[in-house]
Amino acid sequence: MVNRLRKLSLFAIVLSLVGCNGRYSILDPAGPHAEAIMWIWWGMFTVGTIVLIGVCSLWWYAIRKSHKNYTENESKRVTNRLVVIGGIGLPVVCITALLAFGIPAGHSMLPWPNEKVIIVNVHARQWFWEVSYPNQGIQLTDEIFIPAGVPVDIHVTSEDVIHSFWVPRLSGKIDAIPGRTNILRLQGDKPGSYGGQCAEYCGLAHTKMKFEVNVMPENEYENWVTQHGMKKGARE
Amino acid sequence: MNNDLSLHAQFAKVWDNLPGWGQLAAVNHTSIARRFMLTGTVFFTIGGVLGMLIRTQLALPEQELISPDLYAQLFTMHGTIMMFLFAIPILEGAAMYLIPKMIGTRDLVFPRLSALGYYCYLFGGIIIMTSLLLGIAPDSGWFMYTPLSSAEFSSGPGSDFWLLGITFVEISAVSAGVELTVSILRTRAPGMSLSKMPIFCWYILAMALMIVFGFPPLILASILLELERAAGMPFFNPAAGGDPILWQHLFWLFGHPEVYIIFLPAAGIVSTIIPVFSGRPLVGYRWIVLAIITMGFISFGLWVHHMFTVGIPQLAQAFFSIASMLVAIPTSIQVFVWIATLWTGRVRFELPMLWMFGFLFIFVCGGLTGVMLALVPFDWQVHDTHFVVAHFHYVLIGGMLFPLIGGVYYWLPHLSGRMPTMHMGKWAFWLIFIGFNATFLMMHLTGLLGMPRRIVTYESGLGWDWLNMLSSFGSFIMACGFGMLMLDIILHFRYGQKAKFNPWQADTLEWATGTPPTSYNFLSLPTVNTRHPLWEEPELRSTISDGAHGLRSIYHGRRELYGTDAVTGKLLEVIHIPSHSWLPLLSALVLAGLCISLLSRAYEVAIAITVIATIFLFRWVWVNGAHKIIAPVTEEEDQRGEPKLHSRTMSGPGVWGMVVTLLSDGSLYLSLLFGWLYLWTVAPAGKVPDVSSVSISMMAISGAFLTTAVLLYRRIVKRLRAQIVQNLSRQFSLVFALGLLHLSSLLYLTTASDLSFKANAHDAALFVMLIFQIFHSAIATITTGLQVLRVRKGYISQILPYEPAVLNPFWLFTLSIFWVSFGSFLLVPKIW
Repeated sequence: MVNRLRKLSLFAIVLSLVGCNGRYSILDPAGPHAEAIMWIWWGMFTVGTIVLIGVCSLWWYAIRKSHKNYTENESKRVTNRLVVIGGIGLPVVCITALLAFGIPAGHSMLPWPNEKVIIVNVHARQWFWEVSYPNQGIQLTDEIFIPAGVPVDIHVTSEDVIHSFWVPRLSGKIDAIPGRTNILRLQGDKPGSYGGQCAEYCGLAHTKMKFEVNVMPENEYENWVTQHGMKKGARE
Repeated sequence: MNNDLSLHAQFAKVWDNLPGWGQLAAVNHTSIARRFMLTGTVFFTIGGVLGMLIRTQLALPEQELISPDLYAQLFTMHGTIMMFLFAIPILEGAAMYLIPKMIGTRDLVFPRLSALGYYCYLFGGIIIMTSLLLGIAPDSGWFMYTPLSSAEFSSGPGSDFWLLGITFVEISAVSAGVELTVSILRTRAPGMSLSKMPIFCWYILAMALMIVFGFPPLILASILLELERAAGMPFFNPAAGGDPILWQHLFWLFGHPEVYIIFLPAAGIVSTIIPVFSGRPLVGYRWIVLAIITMGFISFGLWVHHMFTVGIPQLAQAFFSIASMLVAIPTSIQVFVWIATLWTGRVRFELPMLWMFGFLFIFVCGGLTGVMLALVPFDWQVHDTHFVVAHFHYVLIGGMLFPLIGGVYYWLPHLSGRMPTMHMGKWAFWLIFIGFNATFLMMHLTGLLGMPRRIVTYESGLGWDWLNMLSSFGSFIMACGFGMLMLDIILHFRYGQKAKFNPWQADTLEWATGTPPTSYNFLSLPTVNTRHPLWEEPELRSTISDGAHGLRSIYHGRRELYGTDAVTGKLLEVIHIPSHSWLPLLSALVLAGLCISLLSRAYEVAIAITVIATIFLFRWVWVNGAHKIIAPVTEEEDQRGEPKLHSRTMSGPGVWGMVVTLLSDGSLYLSLLFGWLYLWTVAPAGKVPDVSSVSISMMAISGAFLTTAVLLYRRIVKRLRAQIVQNLSRQFSLVFALGLLHLSSLLYLTTASDLSFKANAHDAALFVMLIFQIFHSAIATITTGLQVLRVRKGYISQILPYEPAVLNPFWLFTLSIFWVSFGSFLLVPKIW
């Protein structure tokens, strides 16, 4: 955990130097899901760049190389070799590698049963987010408080049109769809405030449909729950 | 006819369009295709301007140049115009222009349908553009996700403009799809077997079939959403058993094949141009054909990758993720076949080749990000961000626009008879190429930094400022490039050097039509024995126009083509096609009137117009086939040493057109059935539908009438095939009467049924199914009624057995959907 934090902050310094940080940056992760996706991205980016340069160079070379008369058989051999190695082999290898990394990563992000998990209901409306903690009896608007290092399941629903719940630095997004409940597993490792936004166009004020996720150390979170949960209890 | 006229003048007299206003009655494929391409260019310019407005608004943070309301209209219309009014029609136009010339024939096989398609496109486009001028354009994004586009959240007419206008335009796409399929399969030059067909035709055949199967889901979805908006049928409303995700499934069931519908013809251009400039045949022709077919199939199995964030089951996500990645294989096979062709050829670097290189770089880049997006966890992050915006502009501009412009330069000498030059063309290329990459390359990063798409502005300090500035700057460079490109092409029409015969030394037949081409393309129709006719038989240049080949008689005044076997290219019959006609324009005008009256919710007017439209369309049907003004039986036709006219056979293009149309119709029906089953089993509020409001016994009686009618009709056709024609008129009358009984019982049970289609999505779907059935039963019955008259007029007889053979598949289709509906809509829920 601490080790991961150190690694992350080191990486964050490098990223800020190249301009990859920012309130909504996927490349500046603060939780395990977003971090896994970031590493997948950098891997794909590297391989993709090599493939792009390789294919374009090959094309350029094929145009520029000195001409030679190929017999029918020779050109068939050249073709089959290029097609089998480049046309079939290359994508098969790339896809296999991608799936080998991608499937376990995706698997680890799913909301598997977990005793520690905290449940937060988020109900999207034009154009704000109603947040409630069913077990703690807390109601909020446009802000969520979660403890660091603890998995949180966001149960996303919608009142009106389709919205999409997204906190880029913590995890991927999930749509809020009328008539359905979708679950997104979130986890923040570093305490701090993270920007969230609606990612699916939902009408005129879509741009302004933002919210905030505050990740706090676990003991502070406990305090916060006792305070606010109590308050609510007192009201009732 | 004047015998002094040269053969060419006689052909021109039969084939040329009417002068002046008569041009509006033109049906000739060269004229229609030019109009398609010109209109597409106009829409491209408009769509481009909208794009520029979007980039202007986003250039700086917190700008308020454009209001959120207008901004929503702009991005919706930008996408809608570019996809539906530019990309598809312009590629169809290109295909309509080239296909008949490449396969060595004189026109497309249903010329009036080409014209109808064009007018539907034009009027549909104008109707949609009007909404933009009035400031009431659709504003829910180009994929119109409901409930945002539903009556509750979009109460203005914007969504109606989209749903009705686009459906109108899609009639044009589907009719072009049917026509291209049948033309490619049935009118190739004698001897041109499928394996000798130019590779471009394979691409277009795949595209056309994909349109035939791929567009109906969207047409159905649009009809359902419009019914929800206008009549309150709650297909997509979860409170009444509907589901908004059904819209997404139907939309992307169309939307993903659509991407390949756009890419395939463009790739076909690449596969045509590269061999010509490599001075050698395309290597790996079979590889390419295999890749095209694989791509066509896979593309129907990956629509869900647009929906990874809606929360569908994980296993389904994994399946669609892998399918989306697999499509990379046929794509890269093509890329490496192109490389191998260049490798083994002697490359001439002319202007079209510059565009090919631009295509390669941009498209490979877009393809790579496409594979990335297919990975579900990565998609969860970048879905609906500017990363996706960058990705699909790479794929669409790289994969479609660059090859298209390369193709435009390549075929310019064909259109204008003049050569393009490198001077300005090179500048235009570099401006567009650099401008494009400046706009979209770093936009991937904008998305990775978290900028969602479709936001009207953004606050400063998120790392997005300089990236947006760069994109906006790049887009203006690109716009300058397009300006220069258009100027270059316009100037070339006037100042370009005259092109000589076959200026690029190409191998395909379109270069033998003369540049610019005559209205009849080929004076005589050659037999083709090779995949590269102009390379291997250079004498074709003169022999075709000297009239040394087939079908050179014209004194009869008919427009004629050769009909050949779909696979082997063996000569079968002479196809006679209609000449210029006002019916397409009039029909399209009436349909436009229908569209406008539905838009303004004047339903009484709409009903009146529907009646008029029906009259026009049946008039069209009436002066068709063996009607005396089309192809009267004469003595000369058997004496000139040509095969029979198609209307004297039972397998002419009409039968093929009917079958291909029914494939499309079947796709629409299957989409409806999919919707029914989806609402029942997948939708969150889904339960076993209650179908007790429809009388099953009445339905069974109606079905018995229908079955008897169809069996009788089949028997008529079988007897006609055996040349038995006794009591023809009486037998048709009997089928007609049975059809009427079937239809009236069906109408009765529909009106008597107690469907609460405003309260319940299942009832609404059931109602649509019944209407769909009534529509088909009515057409079959009325047309058979007309056939009774045609037997009496002598248009159907022992020597003219054609028309029943055309209608026969339609009856069978009507029967099939009836019993499938009976089982799946009524019986299964009952016994569940």
